[in-house]
Amino acid sequence: MRAVLGAIGLMLALATPISAFEIEEDTRFPAIGGSEHALLSVLSTTDTDVLRPVILAFQARNPGITLRYTVANSQQVYSAIADEGAVYDLMISSAMDLQMKIANDGLARPLHSSATDSLPEWARWQDLLFAFAQEPVVLIVALSALGGTSPPRTRRELTQLLRDHPENFAGRIGTYDPEKSGAGYLFVTQDARLSDTFWRLAEVMGGLDPKLYDSSAPMIADLKAGRLVLAYNVLGSYAAPRIAQAEGLAMVELEDHTLTLLRTALVPRSATAPELGALFLDFLLGAEGRSLIAREAGLPPIDAAALAAKPHLRPIRLDAGLLVYLDAMKRRAFLEEWQAALIQP
Amino acid sequence: MRDNGALSLRERLMLQLLVLAAVLAVALFVAVRTVAGSAAEETLDGVLGAATIAVADELRGGEEGVSVDLPHEAFSILGSISEDRIFYRIAVDGATITGYDDLPLPEAARSPAELSTPIFYTTQYRDTEVRVAVMQRVVLAGRLSTAVTVLVAQTRAGQAEIAARVANQAAGIGLGVFALAAVLSILTAGSVLRPINRLAEAVGRRGPSDLRSVDHPSPAELRPLVDALNGFIARLRAGLMRTETFIAEAAHHIRTPLATVRARAETALRKAETEEARETLRAVIRAVEESARSASQLLDHATVVYRSDRPERESVDLARLVAGLAQNFQPVAGLKDVEIHTEGVTAPVEVVGDRLLIEAALRNMLDNAVKYSSPDSEIALVLSRKGDEACVEVADRGRGLSGGAQPDLTRRFARGANVGDVVGSGLGLTIVEEVAAAHGGRFELAERKGGGTCALFWVPLG
Ligand SMILES: Nc1ncnc2c1ncn2[C@@H]1O[C@H](COP(=O)(O)OP(=O)(O)OP(=O)(O)O)[C@@H](O)[C@H]1O
Ligand SMILES: [Mg+2]
Repeated sequence: MRAVLGAIGLMLALATPISAFEIEEDTRFPAIGGSEHALLSVLSTTDTDVLRPVILAFQARNPGITLRYTVANSQQVYSAIADEGAVYDLMISSAMDLQMKIANDGLARPLHSSATDSLPEWARWQDLLFAFAQEPVVLIVALSALGGTSPPRTRRELTQLLRDHPENFAGRIGTYDPEKSGAGYLFVTQDARLSDTFWRLAEVMGGLDPKLYDSSAPMIADLKAGRLVLAYNVLGSYAAPRIAQAEGLAMVELEDHTLTLLRTALVPRSATAPELGALFLDFLLGAEGRSLIAREAGLPPIDAAALAAKPHLRPIRLDAGLLVYLDAMKRRAFLEEWQAALIQP
Repeated sequence: MRDNGALSLRERLMLQLLVLAAVLAVALFVAVRTVAGSAAEETLDGVLGAATIAVADELRGGEEGVSVDLPHEAFSILGSISEDRIFYRIAVDGATITGYDDLPLPEAARSPAELSTPIFYTTQYRDTEVRVAVMQRVVLAGRLSTAVTVLVAQTRAGQAEIAARVANQAAGIGLGVFALAAVLSILTAGSVLRPINRLAEAVGRRGPSDLRSVDHPSPAELRPLVDALNGFIARLRAGLMRTETFIAEAAHHIRTPLATVRARAETALRKAETEEARETLRAVIRAVEESARSASQLLDHATVVYRSDRPERESVDLARLVAGLAQNFQPVAGLKDVEIHTEGVTAPVEVVGDRLLIEAALRNMLDNAVKYSSPDSEIALVLSRKGDEACVEVADRGRGLSGGAQPDLTRRFARGANVGDVVGSGLGLTIVEEVAAAHGGRFELAERKGGGTCALFWVPLG
């Protein structure tokens, strides 16, 4: 199967001369009914398997649409549209800052529909960028490392725990490397912005020789294998199904603040079938799409009531402030500070 | 009213007031829009300027050169006022350190003093128009004073939205003002024109021979018109009066010499020897009689016309009047062996009017009855009340009207074909009709059943 997909990817790569970015998966969902009428190309950071049920349901509703689903990492997805002139009709990414930059730089197409208009204010930016999932960023901790106490509820408690039991955690803490992972960078910058205790926590973690990861999969794998006892800033929706069988791991939404990532979509200005892109977006935001996203994809759909019920959840603000951390100088300065805190001799 | 195609005063006034209101409403709309638009721009400029200053405050010098730690809050606040796109650029001598390196610098060169606070300009950037704030800060970089230019730009969709919303409100206000002004202009036109309408009504209500001066209260602007009208009426009345006086005098002057002529002619007739001469003299006498009759009828008519203008309003007892007339005519009627029977004159019948005029009318009716009666016949003179009117009926058994129609017989100097050799001027019934009209009554002349003529004179009861 992988070989087949790879072959298709290769064929497509050959057919489209401007695919200089690194594609991870490239899947073609043929139109239902056999006769192909229209092609909808989606570029996404979300794994094909996650959205597959949603895509199939969309095609069942809209016969005659062949859907090409390309997966790449967030930086690649961004530069495909921003720099390389790749042509896609819908762009889905969890990197809110990069999506924001695409919209801000005039590379997104304005959209209006009853579905987009009914989104809450915090889940969209102008008529360009729309969120379809809200995903808490959580802490995962092995109960065995707690020394009999209950899991920490705030960053202050976590810091205290690390100070009290350094022997349990030394060399067994994992988190993203913000230099290599876009999501990791977004999470730490937002953490730094939202709480003063974050820097203290970073220093304490730094003293315990943390392991840094480029992506979530190996971090989760190390957790399950027991090589890690604590993972900080993991996407809950990604981790939950993967650690479900593992015993002794607790997923904690810290109560001082739990960042909530918005998975967003936009229709690029360069789209050749923007109406199809908009159609798929409307499906994602509509009642059927929302329930499929929740049930089959395992992503929490946009839901203001769910947020209100958990006041510690802080959706990362979808506004121009996100652009600041993309500034090269700012990024360099921030990473220097982060390294000074976390990477101790 | 509109047959000459001109607008009525009311239409003209309302049209002008409405045009004025429309102009005012449009002016208000434009004023509100402009003021609100520039207020919105100023506010947004203020926020943009503050963000620029916040960025400039984060500029740092040092051995490695200039650096900046972009303040998240500045951008976040900029974005929270309106969801506008934001661009920035930090440059030293035109070389970009960070940000969008194609963001255009201000076209005109600015002095460092000017650039110590943000300066704003609007320019085209990429696919859109942006508002740019620019300022400069000097920092020490590598021991050199370096002027660093900070540009922060923002699209103004938010401002356009505010402007559109304000425009809608302004349009609403404008329409409201216009509607209010329209209502007020209708009321104003009504109240301004009311005195004119009242005056026109008062003048229009007058009878055809009402020549009193107009003393209706009227505004100062109408005074000249009313004065002119009154002057005109006065001249008209004076003219009429002169004419009537002249006629009366003329008639009087004619009557005296005619009497002399008549006396001489009668004397001559008695002495005349040939039948031919007698015939001629009789014709002369007849012509003189006619002239005398004409003269006295003219005099009567002139009196009637003159007094009809301002008839006396006194209480007149018709019963006494009719009885008196019957008495007066007895001798003349006696000559023809005609008997006058009066009826309904025992109880008084009061009307309000001019005794002299009513008497002249009745005298002429009775005169006709006697004149055109056959010898040895009777005349019925009946006074009665019919509804709210008094009616005097003069009915004879004479020659009848021989088909002569009333309008033809009441014309001035009109005489019927039935007159034969009866002397007359043709003014009698004219007088009767004018008197009836002056009193708000009426006159009717008809063939009498069983032969003769029946003349009816109605006056409203007092
Ligand atoms: N009672 C009547 N019987 C017959 N004809 C009449 C009678 N009254 C009036 N007329 C007719 O009406 C005409 C007009 O009458 P009017 O009284 O105006 O004039 P007149 O009698 O001829 O002249 P005068 O001015 O001297 O009275 C008369 O000429 C006559 O033909
Ligand atoms: Mg007569």
